[in-house]
Amino acid sequence: MNTLPYPILSTIIFLPVVGAIVLLIISRSQETLLKWIALIFAVATFLLSLPLFTNFDKTTYKMQFVERHDWIPAWNIEYFLGVDGISVLLVLLTTVSSILCILISWNAIKIKVKEFYISILLTCGAIAGVFCSVDLFLFYIFWEAMLIPMYLIIGVWGGPNRIYATIKFILYTLVGSVLMLVGIIYLYLIAGRTFDILELTTKTYAYNVQFWLFWAFFSAFAVKVPMFPVHTWLPDAHTEAPTAGSVILAAILIKMGAYGFLRFSIPLFPDATKAMVPVMLTLSVIAIIYAALVCLIQKDLKRLIAYSSVSHMGFITLGIFALNSQGIEGGILQMINHGVVTGALFMCVGVIYDRTHSRQIADYGGLATHMPIYAAFFMVFTLAAVGLPGTNGFIGEFLTLLGGFTKSKLAGVLACTGVIIGAAYMLWLYQQVFFMRVNQKVIGLPDMDLREMVALAPLIILVFWIGVYPVPFLDFMHPSVEHLLERVNSTGLAQEVNIAKVIMEVIR
Amino acid sequence: MNLQYPPLGPVMPEIFMTALALILLLADLIIKKKEALSAISIIGVAIVAYTMIGSSGVTFGGMYISDGYSSFFKIIFFINVVISILISIKYIAVERVNFGEYYSLIIVSTLGMMIMASAADLIVLYLGLELMALSTYILAGFIRHDIKSNEAALKYFLLGAFSSAFLLYGISIIYGLTGTTDIKAIALTISEKGLTGNLALSLSMVLFAVAFGFKIAAVPFHMWAPDAYEGAPTSITAFMSVGPKAAGFAVLGRVFMIAFANIKIEWASVLIPLAILSMGVGNIVALAQTNIKRMLAYSSIAHAGYALLGLIAANNEGLASMMNYMFIYAFMNLGAFAVIIMLRTEGFRGDSINDYEGLAKKHPLLAALMLIFMFSLTGLPPTAGFIGKLYVFISAINAGYTWLVIVAVVFSAISAYFYLRIVMYMYMREPKVEVEVSKSGTLGVALGVTTVAVLSIGVYPKCLVDLAKAALSGF
Repeated sequence: MNTLPYPILSTIIFLPVVGAIVLLIISRSQETLLKWIALIFAVATFLLSLPLFTNFDKTTYKMQFVERHDWIPAWNIEYFLGVDGISVLLVLLTTVSSILCILISWNAIKIKVKEFYISILLTCGAIAGVFCSVDLFLFYIFWEAMLIPMYLIIGVWGGPNRIYATIKFILYTLVGSVLMLVGIIYLYLIAGRTFDILELTTKTYAYNVQFWLFWAFFSAFAVKVPMFPVHTWLPDAHTEAPTAGSVILAAILIKMGAYGFLRFSIPLFPDATKAMVPVMLTLSVIAIIYAALVCLIQKDLKRLIAYSSVSHMGFITLGIFALNSQGIEGGILQMINHGVVTGALFMCVGVIYDRTHSRQIADYGGLATHMPIYAAFFMVFTLAAVGLPGTNGFIGEFLTLLGGFTKSKLAGVLACTGVIIGAAYMLWLYQQVFFMRVNQKVIGLPDMDLREMVALAPLIILVFWIGVYPVPFLDFMHPSVEHLLERVNSTGLAQEVNIAKVIMEVIR
Repeated sequence: MNLQYPPLGPVMPEIFMTALALILLLADLIIKKKEALSAISIIGVAIVAYTMIGSSGVTFGGMYISDGYSSFFKIIFFINVVISILISIKYIAVERVNFGEYYSLIIVSTLGMMIMASAADLIVLYLGLELMALSTYILAGFIRHDIKSNEAALKYFLLGAFSSAFLLYGISIIYGLTGTTDIKAIALTISEKGLTGNLALSLSMVLFAVAFGFKIAAVPFHMWAPDAYEGAPTSITAFMSVGPKAAGFAVLGRVFMIAFANIKIEWASVLIPLAILSMGVGNIVALAQTNIKRMLAYSSIAHAGYALLGLIAANNEGLASMMNYMFIYAFMNLGAFAVIIMLRTEGFRGDSINDYEGLAKKHPLLAALMLIFMFSLTGLPPTAGFIGKLYVFISAINAGYTWLVIVAVVFSAISAYFYLRIVMYMYMREPKVEVEVSKSGTLGVALGVTTVAVLSIGVYPKCLVDLAKAALSGF
């Protein structure tokens, strides 16, 4: 139960909503005030969410900080919130990201300022709700509600091709989501009219029911992740979205899909999951290699990073569907890492885009001489994305690859080539933008200011913290992941646990 | 001779409603300021709603029934008529058709709907239906100097008359078969005489489906809707997109669930294609519309399809979900029409989708409200539209129609495109023309009420769900 003096999860979800309402009543001419209030609410939410990190009991898989109230008794729907080892870090990532989004948009957003910050706060609140919900109905509400502000963020403040991108984004997501809705209703009825996830995951369902429901849920989660072949909305959405929109997309929104697999697909439909592992691993490996290859020929900074996102998310699904503790823990950690690193890369692109209004790689060159601090920041994140040991990317990729390798040697080997191509395109990008001959267009650009450094500094800290000493983060997950795996397979687990222990010792 | 008066309790709301319509006609002669008539109508409807309390019972030898089911629909009709009047006041002045008869007719039409909801006999049902329909035909053509309005009225009238003929034909067949027009007695005779499987019975059921299909604007009986919706005065479009549709569903529910209770499988197999076609044609044709009233006409066709799913489930849960859907639909659709009406000003029609370009720049509040209604019509949480759809889907899946629900959700995803196109025009385009909006206090009230209802039902639907369930106790 929640022992804090305030309902922490509701606060995390609804404080941003309150912030949005406060913004609503402030005159739109007071732009500075609007920004500050948005920032204050985001920071307050983050500070109030810190007890999740400090007071979390790392010895149990049970839901913590639980809040449970009746909501729609006629349908047996409850307002049921809680976090466990799988979701707690994602909630924290959400609260951090909302601050960064506001900081990075400070000068970039010049039109409809009020609506922009309202949308950002609402999106972050809804996404936090997705990670905290333990009631399937509540989860779906947040899952869909998030679309409304996100639709506006991409469509109103995005780049030249924003309308196409936002409609593509919403239609892809909506089709997947409504199919999941049918699955949810069906599950609700066969499970005896309950939406309680904890109760649902204790029941067993016939294999053919599991099979269809697995695909119904898959349609929603795969689009969000995004997995090959439904990934095509992501490059467009990322490229056209404003910086803050890209950061939300990369850091937290696409994590909702991977989280959905962990929270719903695997524990609800263990038999179908096990049967579908080959398919899932194949799709993951295709995503890793295909998206990495596509990265090599990109001319647009944001598009390149967007495709690298698809590739990195492939590692995450690979780890998750390896169905062993290293894979899943690596997958969860890689979700955080990817949020930090790709979020940071998009923010970095935003920094330079604010100055030049160009996303073309060809428009840059020799930036390291004119913006040395910026080059240093970008270097750190590039190396983290490549997965250099000592950065967080290494730990996550290593664990997921290990998990994949344990499950299927072929998948592991193929996925490793993705790492190599990943290094190739990221370093090529860095070389093109920061070294080479100095491009006339970048002469005289001011280096990063304090606000931008403040926005990126926490991410640098996380890169090295997780990279050097990941144990505090991994500790969150152990009991929950073990519990999840117990649900999936009661046989053959002992051996894999042993392997996991050996690896943990190696890391330590 | 011993003359016995039937108890008038159950029919009291209708008596008051008739009185109100007559008072309005008389008051029209005396009162020069027609806005006062709207106040009288709204107060009158409030009184009628009050008389509904404790009116439950059966009267006129079982021909007229006032139960939870009818009361629930009457609440929808009252909401519909009050909000329609609120959005009319300024609008009919702009259209220069500010006549007193407008209010009288709108009340008579609502009276017809009330009679339909309460009809326990097919003859009473027919009376109510004609009363409603005839008044609405006139209202659709109320802008006499506008040829489009005339066209709307004429089309609506011709096709409506056609459907009435179908209904009468159906009633006469059923009377020939069972010797009664009492809805409960029909069911009894069917099971006693073992008429299930009788071809004539099936034919009469199909005729009923056709006639009611016209009223709820289900494909393929929807042909009148786009033209009638586009041409009619916008306030009347709002009124008739909710009222007659809800009334159609009310009689559809009562006749099919009670009189045809024994042939549920047959009528479900007739309604399923209607539902699929309505959702399909409604949503897909709506994609291509350039006139917002026309677009909402197709959208209302599609919504009839969703609501039909509840009826197809053919149990009390399904019926409750259908009632719930109509209730929610009333608010979101009336809200959307209230926004459309605000764009109509002197010398500016404001019903083309292009007129919404960049609306958010000049009128951010109005655009935000339209955004809420559009998302609600799409069926995205946390708006009421989602709750409505969810309930219908739950009951349909529970009745074993999972595949039908999959069809429904796919069409519902398609519908996102045209609803969100309005949002896209409002927020993501630059305004090409300076759009002024007509503001008035009553419009503000209507928008406020509908917005609050759409959001609060979306977040906390408990009361409404309980109400719909309670309304069906003893149905």
